[in-house]
Formats: sequence, C-alpha cells, structure tokens
Amino acid sequence: MTPPDLLWLSLTDLSWVVPLPVLVPLSAAGLALALWRHPKAQQIISVVALTVVLLASLTLLVAADQGPVVLDVGNWAAPVGIDLVADRLSTLMLTVSAAVTLCVLIYSLAQGLADGNRGTPVAIFHPTYLVLSAGVANAFLSGDLFNLYVGFEMLLAASYVLLTLGGTGERIRAGTIYVVVSLVSSIIFLLAIGLIYAATGTVNLAQLAIRLPEIDPGVQLVLQLLLLLAFAIKAAIFPLSAWLPDSYPTAPAPVTAVFAGLLTKVGVYAIIRTQTLLFPDGRADTLLMVAALLTMVVGILGAVAQNDIKRLVSFTLVSHIGYMIFGIALSSEQGLGASIFYVAHHITVQTALFLVVGLVERRGGSTSLDQLGGLARLAPLLAVLFFVPAMNLAGIPPLSGFLGKAGLLQAGVADGGPLALTLVGAGVVTSLLTLYAIVKAWNKAFWQVAPVEPAPMRLPRAMVGSAASLVLLGVSITVVAGPMYDYTQRAAATLRDPNQYIVSVLPDRARGAGVSSDLAEDTPDAELPDEPVEEEDE
Amino acid sequence: MTLALSIGILVAGGVFMLLQRGMIRIVLGFIMLSHAVNLILMSAGVTSRRDAPLMATADPATAADPLPQAFVLTAIVIAFAITIYMLTLAVARSDDDTEDPS
Repeated sequence: MTPPDLLWLSLTDLSWVVPLPVLVPLSAAGLALALWRHPKAQQIISVVALTVVLLASLTLLVAADQGPVVLDVGNWAAPVGIDLVADRLSTLMLTVSAAVTLCVLIYSLAQGLADGNRGTPVAIFHPTYLVLSAGVANAFLSGDLFNLYVGFEMLLAASYVLLTLGGTGERIRAGTIYVVVSLVSSIIFLLAIGLIYAATGTVNLAQLAIRLPEIDPGVQLVLQLLLLLAFAIKAAIFPLSAWLPDSYPTAPAPVTAVFAGLLTKVGVYAIIRTQTLLFPDGRADTLLMVAALLTMVVGILGAVAQNDIKRLVSFTLVSHIGYMIFGIALSSEQGLGASIFYVAHHITVQTALFLVVGLVERRGGSTSLDQLGGLARLAPLLAVLFFVPAMNLAGIPPLSGFLGKAGLLQAGVADGGPLALTLVGAGVVTSLLTLYAIVKAWNKAFWQVAPVEPAPMRLPRAMVGSAASLVLLGVSITVVAGPMYDYTQRAAATLRDPNQYIVSVLPDRARGAGVSSDLAEDTPDAELPDEPVEEEDE
Repeated sequence: MTLALSIGILVAGGVFMLLQRGMIRIVLGFIMLSHAVNLILMSAGVTSRRDAPLMATADPATAADPLPQAFVLTAIVIAFAITIYMLTLAVARSDDDTEDPS
C-alpha cells in the first residue's frame, strides 16, 4: 500500500484510535514513574497524555455516531481475542470523563505548585493518576467481561493508592474501609465471571448476548443478580452505599473530585451495559426501582443531616446515583436516554462541586459549616463558582440538571406503573431536599457572619481557573443540551437493540473482523497483555 | 465433590476472617476468598487431567480449556498485588481498633 492509501485508510477506518485512551495514559504512567526525579517532566507527560486521550475520545464520539467502532486486539477475531468496542454510550462516557480528568489534573498541578507538595508525594501521584484514567477508559471500551474486570482492577488499584496518599492516620483508616469493600465487590464480580463462563463458555459480551438467552432462566437470574450486586457496590447504590460518604471526604480535594465524578459512574455504566446487552428482558427492574427509590431518599436525608460540607456533598452524590438507576430500571428507550444524559451531566457537576469545595476549604480554613462563614463577601468569585454547580445539582431550570431530571420524570410518567409514579414523586422530593441541603450549606458557608475571620489570602489562579472551566463545562452541557439529548436518545436506542452491537462485533453472528485462522482457536494470547498492566500499579 | 467442599470451607473461613477487626486477619480472609474464587474459575473449565492445549500437538477433544487458566493466572497476579498493598496498610496503621478503648 502506498502512503496516501494508508492515510486514507486511517481516516476512514478509525479502529486504530480505539485503544489510544487506554494505551497512552498507561505508557505515560510508566514514563512518569521512570522520571520520578523530575516533577516538571512528569507534569508535562501527564498533561500531554490526557490531552491526547481527550482528542481521541472526541474523534471516537463523532465516529461512533455512525455505528460502533470495533478493534480486535492483536487482530484475533472476536470470540477468541479481546475486543474493544466504542459505541455511542461508551464514547460519550469516555469523552466526559477525559475532559474531567484533564481539568482535575490541572487543578492538582496548581495545588501542588501553591503548596510546595507538602504531604503529597507527587512522584507517585502522576503515574497513579494516569493508571486510574487508563483503567476508566478500559472499563468503558471493553467488549469482554474479563477485560472489564481488569479495567475495574486497574482503576481500583490506582484509587487505593490515591486515597491513602501521604499515609496520614485518618486517610489510612478511611482507605482500609474502601479497600475492603471494593475487594468484596471485585471477588463477587470474579465469581460471576467464573459462573458465566461455566454456563456459556464465553466472556465476550456480544457472544454472551447470543448465548445467555439459551440457558436456564433460573441460572440467568442468578448470574444477573451476581453482576448487579458487584456493580451496585461500585456504584454505591443503597444499601451498599455506606462506604462512600465515609471514605471519600478524607482524600485530597482533587482525588475526591475525580473519584466522585468517575468511579461510581463506571459502576453505573457497567450496570447499563450488562442490563441492556446481556439481560434485556428486564427481570430485575422492580428490584432496581426499589433500590433507586431508597438510594435517592436515604442518600439525601443523610446529606440534610450533615454539618461538614465535604460529607454533605458526598451524600448528595449517593442520592443522585438513584436517578440514574431509576432511568435504567424503566427499561424504556426514553428512560435510558435520560439516564445516560444524567450520568454525563452528573460527572461534570459533581466533580466541579468537589473542586470548589476544595477551594472553600482552602479559603475558609475548614470544612465544618459551623466554622465557615462570610465567604460571599470575602470571595465573591468563589461564591459564584459554588452557586452555579450547586443549583445545577439541585435541578433548577434552565440548567442541565433540570433537563436531565425532567427527562427522567417524563419517562417515569410515560411508564405509568405505580412504582414508577412513586419514583417520580420521590425524584421531585429528592430534588427539593437537595436544594434544601445545598441552601443550608450556602447560608452557613457564604452568608452567615464568619465565626472566625479567615486570614486574607489569594486563591491560586490556576486552581480557580480549572475549577471555573469545569463549572463552565457543566453550564455548556446546558447550552448543547438539545443535540446532546438527541445523542443520548440515539445511544439508548442502540442499547435497546442489542443486535447492532452483536453484529458489529460478530458479523454473521459467528466471527469478528480479525484475521485469526481457525487453527488458532484456543490461544490464550489475548490474556497476556493484562498482566504487566497490573504490575505497574504498585 | 472435593472441589465443592474446599470452596465451601474457604468461603466460610474467608468470610469469618473478613469480619474480624484486625487488619492481618482481614488480609488472611481476603486471601482465602480469592483462593475460593480461583477454584471456581478453575472448575469452570474441566477439572480432570487433560492434555496441554498446544496447537500443533493437542487434539481439541482431549486438550484442556486454556481460558479459565488464563483467568486464574490474571486473578492471582491481581490478588497478589492487592495483598501486598493491604499488608502495607496494616503496617502503616498501628492502631487498627482491635482493642476496646474503654
């Protein structure tokens, strides 16, 4: 092939872009670790790597609108080799998460510059952060259940290190709980994979979608519930959510922000993917609806009771996971589309809110609402930065939170069942209680007379800048809400019709587009790349 | 049968240890649980003795299924790394609530 042909091929067939969001941060992590003596070089590597990821995700976002982009890793055809699949849902999640990780990285760089990196060993921070981003991308793109597990483990291993960064007593206490709970969920996930393989003889998602309906319905239900249990712990769905508000607030602000934005959403993504593709008949819908109801209400009541702004925001995070589960449980195209929109909106808003809370802590010298005060007068820009995402979270029109909630409520009313209508009511109540909790935080932190006047200081410009750009990103979702809502509806339509996914991975429902010969039926080759990945984490 | 019994004993012991307060016991519980899951993964393939699954020599009818073995291998590596990490947590935190404060 001549070079112009190659160029044309690379422009028309974008499958070579699919592995970049995993490969680039992972290689950059190795490079950053090797350059641990040169913090400046590490920073440049991280920013460049995550920018490349963002560009690749944007490319895929556009490409996937024409149909899923599939890559057979190592050119082994689908059921034998591992597939990376970028469809509308995964590329949307990927793009939003890439934008958010980049913003948080810049925030943490500014924080490091301002603080002289006291207590946070930067040499470890950058490689771990990049591995986290690679793990998130791998989970979103994986077309294979075991590869999904590996993606989860990558991001979890990285998150363990980030959560206990610096090794102070309080962080290790919170980190221990987080590690143990995550391990239990990983073990359940692995157990589910073992049983699924025993029942169907494959872990390829597309092939599973063909084979699972053929097995005994009772066994199907067991497998479905096992997967749901594993993902529900990760997504922090009540009653499996108690670990979250306890462990997140102790970490450094940027770490909490990126965890809150991404980690629970990866769990939600996994629930959407498995429920729509593998178990499309929706037998767990009632269970999910009850769980969504309890998550919303119990979560927000927890937030109302808090007196620490970081814990308060953590509880709202748990509560709003309920909305996404509600959309999934409706099992309708409308509900699913609204749910996906809500996930994208919530990633940006929740992350922005945690970053701003980090600034509040810095400016006011505390996170306790009793000790904060007068910030609206002392730092008017900070007040605006808090106010916008907070109102967005509570769902005040015309912001995107309102649009997402309105979509969910419409879908709930369209469903019309008694449980769905109860959930519509609970959604409205939760929205009001969110407003109440946020207004309480606002009154105390920004409006009440400061009990202790904080020392005058200037917030580092880059920290404010990156937090502001994330707030703006949240607002811009409102501006592009029309096209974006259409996109999520199209994504939901793809998900409701698993055939499109299956055919793109396994044309003729038999074999993928890779070139492996029939002789190579039983190669374990595709598993090999997984191992070095894990070793880099520790 | 032996396999099922071993898995049962490992899970029971693992859950019991995981519910203890000391970090070292939790780590031991985690190791037992991950061994139990590894055995389940192994049993997803055929557990009786089979030929090595080498393309050139083996007959697909008598060769072992390599995929569960690859799963277990990956799971062992991951569990090993996490175990080490948990042990460092146990060392870093001398006070693990094992004693009654009163």
